[in-house]
Amino acid sequence: MSDTISSKTETDDAPRAPGRRVHGVLQVTFDGFMRRREATILVVALGLVVYFQYSKSVFLSHDNLVNISQSMAPYAILAVGEVLLLVSGEIDLSAGMVFTLSPFLMHYAIDFYGVYPILAIALSLFAGAFIGLCNGFVVVVLRVPSFVATLGSLFLIQGITLTTSHAYPAEIPAAAESLASWFGRADWSELIWCLAIVAFFHVVLTRTRWGLHTIAVGGNPHGASEAGIRTGRIKIGNFMIMGGLAALAGILEAFRTQTIDPNSGGTGAMFIAVSAAVIGGTALAGGSGTVIGALLGALVLAELQNGFNLIGISANPFNLILGMAIIISMILNVHLARLRRAGRT
Amino acid sequence: MTDTPDPQDATGTPALQVEHIAKRFGAVAALTDVSLHLGKGEVLGLIGDNGAGKSTLIKILSGFHRPDSGRITVNGEEVTIKSVDHARSLGIDTVYQDLALIDELTVYHNMFLNREVVRWPLLSNRTMRRLARQHLDELGVRIPSVDAEVAKLSGGQRQAIAVARSVYSDARILLLDEPLAAMGAKEGALILDLVRDLKARGEVSIIIIAHNYAQVLEVCDRINLLQHGRITFDKATADTSLQELTDLVVAEYRATRTGGASS
Repeated sequence: MSDTISSKTETDDAPRAPGRRVHGVLQVTFDGFMRRREATILVVALGLVVYFQYSKSVFLSHDNLVNISQSMAPYAILAVGEVLLLVSGEIDLSAGMVFTLSPFLMHYAIDFYGVYPILAIALSLFAGAFIGLCNGFVVVVLRVPSFVATLGSLFLIQGITLTTSHAYPAEIPAAAESLASWFGRADWSELIWCLAIVAFFHVVLTRTRWGLHTIAVGGNPHGASEAGIRTGRIKIGNFMIMGGLAALAGILEAFRTQTIDPNSGGTGAMFIAVSAAVIGGTALAGGSGTVIGALLGALVLAELQNGFNLIGISANPFNLILGMAIIISMILNVHLARLRRAGRT
Repeated sequence: MTDTPDPQDATGTPALQVEHIAKRFGAVAALTDVSLHLGKGEVLGLIGDNGAGKSTLIKILSGFHRPDSGRITVNGEEVTIKSVDHARSLGIDTVYQDLALIDELTVYHNMFLNREVVRWPLLSNRTMRRLARQHLDELGVRIPSVDAEVAKLSGGQRQAIAVARSVYSDARILLLDEPLAAMGAKEGALILDLVRDLKARGEVSIIIIAHNYAQVLEVCDRINLLQHGRITFDKATADTSLQELTDLVVAEYRATRTGGASS
């Protein structure tokens, strides 16, 4: 279920590998497993569950699972967008700021312009996609590297949020309260959104033309355009998906926390999302990545944060762990990629 | 009349005819006056030293550059090749050395790149896999599996897949740019076999651009030598020899050296 286009073949090939008998069936199984990028991170995620549950038995209690799901879901949604972009060879640093801005847009639309709440939410999502369109335009048409272009839009969007909100938090508009439980307030609401989005974009990335072209554009831009793929269109489209997802994640988070906060989201959220994507096996160089890996990456980060809290370790070493996790997963990526390239070493 | 069974018969309508093509880049005359013709089903070897203008000629034929003057005729009709897409729509496809394959994708996804079989909204992977396997088998291209990631294949296999893809996309005039460069003898044989198979099928006409021509000689019907932006030699392979070609190239090399020293 969790195979990507690129990992599918390795697992097919692995059992046929010659010269493995020396190490036995276990080795073959282990290698085949390790070559599935999501598998390694799944092991880590499960290992953490076991460890934290062993240390604190409340870890798997209903309430705490809700906590974990809520500190995973918005970042996993952001990470899905980043995976698509990273696979197509780009990155969006401004996604976290779209996350922050979008609930404000909803609030302005409802409270200042009297827009019908569900329409206001749709407008915010379109605004997010529009910001993605602008990012994509600057990157593709004006040829500014996405790292720099979205660094610019990061501050620009933050400026818009802070100026229009005067840096004060806002209340969820009363008119929108009836929608709250659908959009993040209910216990599992964020998780359901997150899983639906992950499932949808997993299929998009692995089973549709859009996904295939996204991989092609990131893997070999020149070759992709030679084949007649409109690389710019693919990239801009992925920027727009990123923007829309970031806007949605921001709105969900605002409804859940019952406040629209200019300090939520931001660069912190963006970096957690990129980390989740990278830990989940997405290559920054483009051409490969998995949406499910990103979900698992976000899960691992949420587990760590939550588990540390429970055990009573301060939140301070969290970044220490996060940093190590990123470096280790990148090292694994590089070396597993070599193993995969070599085929049957 | 239009379909000449004998590929070496230049009186039939050629698949491709180039007349008096010239191209300058600023002060540099890349091509001064190039005329060549390619019969239907023919394999033409285009050889020449570095800087003779081979790559400029290819880029003109594949739509990257426009010639300053001259005529290009495809199947008897004069054309102005406007773009790479336009060249392709005329049936002219170039397989470059730095292949346009996507390493991260499987063989069959590469074969069908941008021409995917889709059962909306999903890709019909099974159909593409089957068709790719069928097509590669027909052409006698041997690869471990169409499911293999292209990155895992050897240089020869990759090249063969790129050629097969062009043929599959209805290319009728194939330009192979240095198909044997940086390739071992065994790998090279794979490509030469493929060219022979294509020749036997007679559907495509091929120009092989080569710097090292010893191997290429085996499969070509005719050899053209490009020197200083013009074709200086045009003979059927049967009427020439490796020795003659080597002598020509060496003589040219000597001439340029002494010429450069004296004047």
